[in-house]
Amino acid sequence: MKEEKTVTAVIEGKSKRRTPLVDRFLFVVKVFLIGLVTIGFLAFVAQQISPDNWFARWRNPGATGLSADQIKGLVISGLSQGVFYGLIALGYSMVYGVLGFINFAHGEVFMVSAYTGYIAANKFSANGMWESNFALCLLIVLLLAVMVSTVTAVLTERIAYRPLRNSPRLIPLITSIGVSFVLQNAVLGIFGPGTQGYPQLPEWLAKQRSILTFEISGIKILVFLVTIVSMTGLWYLVERTKTGKAMRAVAEDKEIASLMGINVNRIIVTTFAVGGAMAGVAGVMFGLLFRAVNPMTGFLPGIKAFTAAVVGGIGNLGGAMSGGLALGSAESIAPQLILEPLGVPGVTQLKDAVAFTVLVMVLLFKPSGLFGERLSAEDRA
Amino acid sequence: MSHLLEIKDLQVTFGGLDALSGLNFHVDEGEIVSVIGPNGAGKTTFFNTITGLVEPTGGDILFEGNSVLGLEPNEVTSLGIARTFQNVRLFPNMTILENVMVAQHCRTSQNVFGALFQTKAFKKEEEEIRQRGEEILSFFGSRLVGYRLDQAAFMLSYANRRRLEIARAMATQPRLMLLDEPVAGMNPSETAELTELIGRLRSEWGFTIVIIEHDMAVVKNVSDRVVVLDHGVPIASGSYEEVSTDPDVIEAYLGRPVESRS
Amino acid sequence: MTTLPSTLILDWKRIFKWGSICAAALLFVSLVGMPIKLDPKSIISPLLSLGYVSLFWLPLIFGYVASSRVVLEGVETSKPGLSDLLTGVLTGAIGGAGLTLLMLGIENFDIRDPLINWSPQLLEVLAFGARDLNSAVWIGIGGALGLVGAALNVIPESLRRGVSYGFFTVLAVAIFEPALDDMSEGFRLEWLVELIFQKRGGLKLWPAIILASLIGLISVVSKGKVKKAVAQYRKQEGSQKKQTSVVLFGIVAALGVVLPIFMGTYVNSLLANVGIFLLLALGLNIVVGLAGILDLGYVAFFAVGAYTTAVLTSEISPFFAPGLTWVLSLVFVVLLAALTGLIIGAPVIRMRGDYLAIVTLGFGEIIRLLFLSDFLKPYFGGAQGILGIPGIDLGFVYISGTDTRGIFYLVLFFCGLAVYVSWRLQASRLGRSWMAIREDEQVAEAMGINTVNSKLMAFVVGAVLASFAGAIMAARVGSVFPNSFMILISIVILVVVIVGGMGSIPGVFVGAFVLIGILGGPKQPGLLQEFGSLKLLVYGMLLVYMMLQRPEGLVPSARRTQELHQEEFLQDSWLKGTDDEDEEQPIEGEEAQI
Repeated sequence: MKEEKTVTAVIEGKSKRRTPLVDRFLFVVKVFLIGLVTIGFLAFVAQQISPDNWFARWRNPGATGLSADQIKGLVISGLSQGVFYGLIALGYSMVYGVLGFINFAHGEVFMVSAYTGYIAANKFSANGMWESNFALCLLIVLLLAVMVSTVTAVLTERIAYRPLRNSPRLIPLITSIGVSFVLQNAVLGIFGPGTQGYPQLPEWLAKQRSILTFEISGIKILVFLVTIVSMTGLWYLVERTKTGKAMRAVAEDKEIASLMGINVNRIIVTTFAVGGAMAGVAGVMFGLLFRAVNPMTGFLPGIKAFTAAVVGGIGNLGGAMSGGLALGSAESIAPQLILEPLGVPGVTQLKDAVAFTVLVMVLLFKPSGLFGERLSAEDRA
Repeated sequence: MSHLLEIKDLQVTFGGLDALSGLNFHVDEGEIVSVIGPNGAGKTTFFNTITGLVEPTGGDILFEGNSVLGLEPNEVTSLGIARTFQNVRLFPNMTILENVMVAQHCRTSQNVFGALFQTKAFKKEEEEIRQRGEEILSFFGSRLVGYRLDQAAFMLSYANRRRLEIARAMATQPRLMLLDEPVAGMNPSETAELTELIGRLRSEWGFTIVIIEHDMAVVKNVSDRVVVLDHGVPIASGSYEEVSTDPDVIEAYLGRPVESRS
Repeated sequence: MTTLPSTLILDWKRIFKWGSICAAALLFVSLVGMPIKLDPKSIISPLLSLGYVSLFWLPLIFGYVASSRVVLEGVETSKPGLSDLLTGVLTGAIGGAGLTLLMLGIENFDIRDPLINWSPQLLEVLAFGARDLNSAVWIGIGGALGLVGAALNVIPESLRRGVSYGFFTVLAVAIFEPALDDMSEGFRLEWLVELIFQKRGGLKLWPAIILASLIGLISVVSKGKVKKAVAQYRKQEGSQKKQTSVVLFGIVAALGVVLPIFMGTYVNSLLANVGIFLLLALGLNIVVGLAGILDLGYVAFFAVGAYTTAVLTSEISPFFAPGLTWVLSLVFVVLLAALTGLIIGAPVIRMRGDYLAIVTLGFGEIIRLLFLSDFLKPYFGGAQGILGIPGIDLGFVYISGTDTRGIFYLVLFFCGLAVYVSWRLQASRLGRSWMAIREDEQVAEAMGINTVNSKLMAFVVGAVLASFAGAIMAARVGSVFPNSFMILISIVILVVVIVGGMGSIPGVFVGAFVLIGILGGPKQPGLLQEFGSLKLLVYGMLLVYMMLQRPEGLVPSARRTQELHQEEFLQDSWLKGTDDEDEEQPIEGEEAQI
């Protein structure tokens, strides 16, 4: 125990100190980033007060300001995007917590689920059940997709990761990049390269509703509800069941856990399965909301979900979801809140760049994430 | 007047736990000082703090009169403090010669251009560090030289890994050497041999040595002075004979008699 | 079954396991579309196309695997024989049955809606073009192939080598057909090409048989002398090995210089592609292989090199068009790439290895998105990119972008430079510090290495090499677009390095030639252009396979092999009695008191 403490302390101690030159450069970078965000935000405030304000006009002569509805719209779309990042991030976070490597292919599990959902939904749509008995169809589609994505996640673990259990940590990461490639291109080969569409949603789900002055479509409400339910389920599993306790024990120390009679392999499979199921839920919801999937659907959300896991503190499940919501909001709001007032044209194109910048910023300012990491001592080294 | 290494009121805290609390310590040029104490007394933390791996929460560390606080570990090494690790940490896939060559990093200066244009200075420096490396390795007899030079370090036996680690520390050309349990896991004859070598490290190479050791025979044989740590504070200091009869020390190792426990 | 001799023991569980995996693999290959896509590529015309090879090899391999046994040294086992052959046949037949079911399925059900290859076209390929082929024929084919696979286990080693070499030679010659065709003009060997190849592609039957038996015979007769020579080369130590390496490298370099003269546009442009990726891979090899930094955003430096060249040399670059010559712009390319290396390197240098990978990936994507954005469109042209990049004026010769031979020589020169740089740095103060950091960063720091500076230097050296590739690419294509710098490229380069062998320069060469040359780069066609989008699937599978089975790569560096198989090495040396025991040596001086 003493040994582990020392190792941790060494890492903590090290991160406090910097060599001058690189440090000075990083300081400049930090000041620049903070300055950018602050000035952008102030300019936004100025333009909200009055678009004719000199400060608002300074970088962005065409400033008009955003209406309250526009801002609310951005928040809603940011959060509904963030929910997906959060749900996928759970899988990254859990696997990182237990095995200490980034499962790069996890985004593809999400994509596989979205595809399964699309196939099932279209079959139902073809024989008219989708319209006549939507709720039942949705349930079946969801179950089917979650099953397929769970099996995919478990299979990848069995085939690609288990033999590498004790290799240096970059080896499974590289392997998972390969797995991600295989899944993407297998789906591309089997189902074709084009973008596939989900069937129309029923009227009552598609239409806009007004809740607490927020205009929000029914499907988004459904997405939030399903997310809350899945998160509650996950929380119950991890915190209240024996399996969950075993998962936490394995995350803390595999060896000791196995000495305590826990079947480590089974727990690792469970971890992958649960992560896969969460990604499965996200996949179907994503399909219903955006109504389009293609083989590359999982790539960007996957990387961003990892970002979300880091933002929230890897290994920390609540953090993963909060990180997802934070990242989704940031990439939805920041372009118009910070970049547009700075006079950057075509800000929505920079959405993805904003997400990656958030990742860099979090790792620069608070490498352990906003809500703190939960990792075993060996993984921190 | 000034000591080679002087430590004033050093404090290290890990999340509320005091690893070192108010440690005062000094080593003079040419001394061999042993630091002993029960497990968890903070001995390794003490070394980690001196070499810059752990940031102290208070106090000061002076080397040749200058504070080394806030320096990176590599800067501390280039000032002239070298160390070995309790759980041998070599570069296992580098050859034995490379292990001692790479340790001379901070004493050399050739950059990319020297290597790319194979300048005279580059070749000269490579030759120098190679020779110095072989010289250091031959300090341990024939075990680490000859065909072994080009063998990967992980091929070595446990005792030879320990020896190579000391050689690597020697290669950084230090003034002060910190040895963390150098004979741990060695058999009696290997231990005896290394004890003798530690003496020669001072007499032939001129190193000042601080050594953490559990093996009292080694401590007795090599040290000019022994410092006993317990719970992060020195509880005794003096010659081996003085320390070994100190009641506080005996208590720290063996515990208090039952009746006086509160 | 009673008629079978009692010694015939079949491990049914094993047969079913491998048989069903084989069936699944066959279904996967079929549904991914390999047989259809690869059918046009003829190996032996008209008997065998690559499409069928993609199916046939599976029962063969699984038959081989199912019938091979683990034999521990010194343990007596019965001689391989009939039961092994039968195992192979059954495994292959179960696999083949998978295809039989698939054919029946396609005939009777229409689920083409999600599965695009569930098509009459696939059925036609599976039925060998015949209309009323009984689908059960695949059970027979599977069984036969499984038998061949199992037979490979049973026949003596030398014969097995002969057969497989013969087969692979035929395959290789067929794959290289377009290149051979292209080269034959230069060597005045059109007659030979006409003799062995059909006009519409593929080897003629008789030449194929003669070729296979010739090569097979040679390998049987030579009894693996080649393998021994390689082993001997690997065993050489110190200066002797260096000499051999220099000689080998000299031969390769000389071939590289002489051959292009005889080759046509096709091969030269292929080689130029390979060369650009090779250059990138050599650079990444320094970063990943030597310093152990997994940089997934390596494409960023490629982009910086290409864009810098584009802006500085193109007369119609949107914002700033100094119209420098390519050579002059190279100076700025190097400077800017080094600067980018520092800027990207600085924030990530202290991160954990895996975080670093993702963050560099993020940086790679940010750079592409910035080039693509309206924000920087006034400077870099957004999605339209920068056009009108002139060729390369070297003073004594002008190389236009379409002059594939010239470009190839240029690439060759820079690859040589990259090899030189890797070779020299490896045995230098900096290279040793990289290795130390790769092994144990904390200890490296405690031993006086400024890890931050060393790692930054790795970034810079890698960046500069990648930027050379970018500069050549820009001049070659004559234009740059943001979408030529997808993350995909980073990953493909990584696959090249890993498949070849991390840290091994010959390995990187082999990796680049095999992958980029045969399969092709992300957008560049290779020899087997029929693969199309499937090549990325193959890349992924290769990456996973290599990581699981051969992490040291095809041509490993001796050091990496040891690293990844440390325990086996130690066991070996223990068995041989050459390990380093803690010997009891008499101690000089007096016995210490204990």
